Amino acid sequence: MKRTFLYAGISLALNLFPLAVLAQDATNAPAASTNAPAAADAAPKRADPTLEQRVMDLEAYVNNGARVADGTNNVSSKLGSYDDKANSFTPNPGPGANSWQMTSAALVLFMTLPGLALFYGGLVRRKNVLSVMAQCFFITGMVTILWWVCGYSLVFHNGGKFLGGLGFSFLKGVDSSPNGDYSYWVSQNVFSMYQLMFAIITPALIIGAIAERMKFSAICLFMVLWMFVVYFPQAHMIWGIDGFMNGVWNPAAKIRAIDFAGGTVVHMTSGWSALILCIILGKRIGFGKEPMQPHSMVLCMVGTGMLWVGWYGFNAGSAVAADVIAANAFTTTTLATAVASFVWPMMEWMVRGKPSVLGFCSGAVAGLVVITPACGFVNPTGGVIIGIAAGIVPWFFCYKVKGWFGYDDALDTFGVHAIGGTMGALLTGILVDPNVNANLQLSTSDPKNPATVNGLADIAAHHMLWLEQVKAIGLTLVLAIVGTTIIAFVVKAVLGGLRPTEEVEVAGLDLAEHGEEGYHTAGGL
Amino acid sequence: MGACSSEIQPTAGPQTQMKKIEAIIKPFKLEEVKDALGAIGIEGMTVSEVKGFGRQKGHTEIYRGSEYTVDFLPKIKLEIVIGDEHLETAVAAIVKAAKTGKIGDGKVFVSSIEEAIRIRTEEKGQAAV
Repeated sequence: MKRTFLYAGISLALNLFPLAVLAQDATNAPAASTNAPAAADAAPKRADPTLEQRVMDLEAYVNNGARVADGTNNVSSKLGSYDDKANSFTPNPGPGANSWQMTSAALVLFMTLPGLALFYGGLVRRKNVLSVMAQCFFITGMVTILWWVCGYSLVFHNGGKFLGGLGFSFLKGVDSSPNGDYSYWVSQNVFSMYQLMFAIITPALIIGAIAERMKFSAICLFMVLWMFVVYFPQAHMIWGIDGFMNGVWNPAAKIRAIDFAGGTVVHMTSGWSALILCIILGKRIGFGKEPMQPHSMVLCMVGTGMLWVGWYGFNAGSAVAADVIAANAFTTTTLATAVASFVWPMMEWMVRGKPSVLGFCSGAVAGLVVITPACGFVNPTGGVIIGIAAGIVPWFFCYKVKGWFGYDDALDTFGVHAIGGTMGALLTGILVDPNVNANLQLSTSDPKNPATVNGLADIAAHHMLWLEQVKAIGLTLVLAIVGTTIIAFVVKAVLGGLRPTEEVEVAGLDLAEHGEEGYHTAGGL
Repeated sequence: MGACSSEIQPTAGPQTQMKKIEAIIKPFKLEEVKDALGAIGIEGMTVSEVKGFGRQKGHTEIYRGSEYTVDFLPKIKLEIVIGDEHLETAVAAIVKAAKTGKIGDGKVFVSSIEEAIRIRTEEKGQAAV
């Protein structure tokens, strides 16, 4: 009985609440209308947009172009709001563009959690499965905090050739209206969150090379430093509006390189840094003598599928629009990945008699890596060529070259991401097709696009883009290798070493560093 | 346990010894061995999944160029405890059912059991097996 009264009371309150709110609004409305006339007197005189201007703005939305009525002239616009006191215009995002961008951001996060966590988790020994997951999750939170504090600003605010300014610190000014430097129709906060997912997955890739033998505290400190020394500068140079190597969008770029979704920013930086770190770290105890097979190829394959699906957000989402460029990127990504996942196991079948599931998975990931810088700049045929190359060259590195040099790149981050990313950056310069991306084409009339101003369009038309790519590759290599070497030794000095004790390493990181085991048999054993 | 006496027997003495049979067999032979033992009235057993090797060679696994030779092969270990009088028929049944004639068929070990107790009724000796 008491309970019935309680529920009745709660329902009544919930039903009356909206009425109370409406009553509030009703009482407020007259007050607002009495203020309006005074505000209208102070507002600048703006003409209403003509029907043609309004249609042109809607066309601009569909074609991912700039608005006509953009608040800089005396024409009002329906696609945004005005602050009359400040006489400023805040453009609205386009719902279609924002939907795809938000979806893409979720897809790229999915690549890390749980895609990469499962892919790497399945490849390590049972006693270390949770350490991989803890590292992925830690990086997610840590990078997000850095991104909010100053990371987004250091990459995407204008400031300098090598690093951005701090104007967007704490995401000040980063709201739901588009930032015209990067998109006319995607909310800047959405764009920031999207780019955050890239900033998260890049250091997470490094985990693969140093798996099973780096202590958690050392990983944490290393990753914090690495973001500042390597990732933020590299991302700014390639993608920042005044970046040194932003060939597509910076009219003053000195290296006219192109990197659609992060062949240099994500794969080269993480892959080459992984190599340096795994050499400095040293090999796992028992490497070469004890068996260290993947403890679950099932988890690894599940993770691979998630990586592939999520990568559509990574690649096609890098168009920052749901336009013709994104559509092409979606297509080339699919072709390259599927072809590479076919070619790699075929190489295995020919050379050692059996195609393996790890071969299918590695082929798919390699294809995804190599097409990453190229996806929005090559045509479908280029995508297929890239797929074939991705199934052969990284395979060769993992299968043969690693053995020749003897370094312990536990999960082949170098073999797949460094080699794949470098090759992808180069192939982008060779296979580029300006027909699939108008931003690379020579502008015949004003306003001239940045690629025309800085010479990129001309270089691409004369098949010399590969040389600019080589320059970008060189600078990326130096930054990653030198940066990582310095950071590794700093962390080693500060924390008294990078490795756990021998006892911890042999027993497994999960129990010693996280107090947990990944699996228990019946009876809690 | 149809073949065993229903009287509560004293603890194992010189005439009524209990024996333990441990048989390591190929996993796909388990059903056949279980049925063969059932046919001679032996219904209880403990089974575990083990790995091992004798003369049978293992296999090689290759993960992205890293080669691992795995010597240990999956086997099933069967353990039964029975009265002395059933020992020879039980061993013969197991060997016949588990044999394929190829390397890796496994082994049978026999040992003496000093005591056996049924937990539910606290019977001891032959009555417990």
